[in-house]
Amino acid sequence: MPHRLHDTLRSCRALMVAAVLGAAALAGAQTPEERGLEIAKEADRRDAGFGDTRVILTMTLRNKNGDERTRQMHSSSLEVSDDGDKSLIVFDDPADVKGTALLTHSHKEGSDDQWLFLPALKRTKRISSSNKSGPFVGSEFAYEDLSSQEVEKYNYKYLRDEDIDGRAHFVMERYPVDKKSGYTRQVVWLDQEHYRVFKVDFYDRKKSKLKTLSSSDFQQYLDNYWRPGRMEMVNHQTGKSTVLTFSEYAFQSGLKDSDFTRNSLSKAR
Amino acid sequence: MIRRLAYAALALLPALTSGAGEWSGNVGVEGKYFMSDPLFNEQFSSGLAFSIAPEYFHSWDDGRQRVIFAPFLRVDQRDAERTHGDLREAYWQLSLDAVELSVGLRRVFWGVTESSHLVDIINQSDFVENIDTEDKLGQPMVSLRWLPEWGTLDLFLMPLHRERTFQGLAGRPRLPLPIDQDNPVYESSRGRNRLDVALRYSHYFGDWDVGLAHFSGTMREPRFELAINPASGPFLITNYDRLEQTSLDVQATKGDTLWKLELVSRHNFDGRSTAFVAGLEHTFNGVFDTSIDVGLITEYLFDDQPALRTSTRNDVAIGTRIAFNDVQDMELLAFGVIDADTQTSFATVEGNRRLGQSWRLSLEGRFFFNPDPEDFLFGLRDDDYIQLTLDRFF
Repeated sequence: MPHRLHDTLRSCRALMVAAVLGAAALAGAQTPEERGLEIAKEADRRDAGFGDTRVILTMTLRNKNGDERTRQMHSSSLEVSDDGDKSLIVFDDPADVKGTALLTHSHKEGSDDQWLFLPALKRTKRISSSNKSGPFVGSEFAYEDLSSQEVEKYNYKYLRDEDIDGRAHFVMERYPVDKKSGYTRQVVWLDQEHYRVFKVDFYDRKKSKLKTLSSSDFQQYLDNYWRPGRMEMVNHQTGKSTVLTFSEYAFQSGLKDSDFTRNSLSKAR
Repeated sequence: MIRRLAYAALALLPALTSGAGEWSGNVGVEGKYFMSDPLFNEQFSSGLAFSIAPEYFHSWDDGRQRVIFAPFLRVDQRDAERTHGDLREAYWQLSLDAVELSVGLRRVFWGVTESSHLVDIINQSDFVENIDTEDKLGQPMVSLRWLPEWGTLDLFLMPLHRERTFQGLAGRPRLPLPIDQDNPVYESSRGRNRLDVALRYSHYFGDWDVGLAHFSGTMREPRFELAINPASGPFLITNYDRLEQTSLDVQATKGDTLWKLELVSRHNFDGRSTAFVAGLEHTFNGVFDTSIDVGLITEYLFDDQPALRTSTRNDVAIGTRIAFNDVQDMELLAFGVIDADTQTSFATVEGNRRLGQSWRLSLEGRFFFNPDPEDFLFGLRDDDYIQLTLDRFF
């Protein structure tokens, strides 16, 4: 699921498109909700066609005393044009969970399908995907932060333009459609040039600010697709944080549907 | 025979793996403590054991071919029978687009329920390793997997039956009578060399996961027969009968609730029998505003011809699975199983958490209550124990 992050980014980028089209002209004609949706769709459109990706993720979990633990995993994802994407995450480290793998078939509507492979028992388990707000492997990232960010999963509202670090951003809110979400709303900052999500503030069910996601070290792949090299999630309520770094990105390496089945899950290394 | 297979696998290994493969695995030390004095003179109230389980993996030919070699060795302070080794896995696999061929010793798991694994029949249980029967011996086989659009079809050809391992006289817990492990009785005239065959179809339909299988071969769980040795007294002979078993396993994943069913219909020399486990697991996510998930498990087990029993079995299992979702991946599984007819029951607790980056500490406890003298658990009535295991992963 971590590579679903890109999809998040993608949606965010889409959000910004509308602005590119000429904020002045449109602003007068559109409601903030319409404009937000338009931005989301454009970001999604701009990232469409990536085909498949593979990437290595390193996760550093830090508690409020500064103690650190790391995890490493590799992940692959497949773009599915008429539905949510498919993804496979395999754990490499810590060694006691090496080979544990998670397969997700995400859907634009309804709940995702998920299977977990436990190498010690050779057991593949279908698991409930409804625990969206739960932490992913003890990190500050929730499952829903990392899952495929389809346009349909939120309602949107454009707020304003804002310059940060000399970059012009769109700022918009999005509201999860799924009632199981741990968030009431998210505030998203996308840059107006490339629709990259630089920052997201997450508000919990009590409407207080829970977390902030900051992305950086963006690189462009295949002259089109932007991906962050680093994402940091800070939990304001606990003082904990998690840094995700991405390396060895590969695009369009010919992954197929058959690389995202229960069979491939049980063989993933 | 096993030994010969092992040597063959060992000999093949260097030839197949001239390139660089990778080693992983773990070494562990476990300490077991019993809360009561033993029933039998030969037993002890505590004991230490060591284990090593390395795994070698190598793939080549663009990932189309792979070998896995995973030996296991246990050294037990008290029970010489538990000091044992096995090849958990040692096989070569060729994967083509929609077909896979595997040759060697493998482990295969079937099923969905937690309290009992009725349909899981490919591998023999390494019972001396743990009485929960979840540790398995490597099964020699040639297996073929076909992956058409409409599911997964597996064919297993198993030329060698493996006998269940049992504790020695010093083993604890153990069955109340000594077991003659050297002279198993096979119904088939070809003994352990008769070919066992299994076929399984599995697939998912929306949120339903379904497996349908048939096994034709020699049963994994032995039938015991009482015998008397004039010198040393009564002992048990293990009988491995022919078995035809058709099984169905189903899981429906409905939101936070998993509905589960395992059903088997068996036929042996004694006629036809039926058993099933049905139940559900419901998870409360993030209880009390924490990130802890608490799952409740309840399952009902019916068996009209259980091993080690003369009557039918009506067991109810109730348990909980707690995932702390913390940095150490701490988790706990606890459940109790009660026989609705005799009130014979046992409880089991299993928990573990990581220490640092490469260590893991595991807790296991088993407790026996109210054993009916007719139940085999009667022999374990004084064997409540707690076990701590420390593993180093590499």
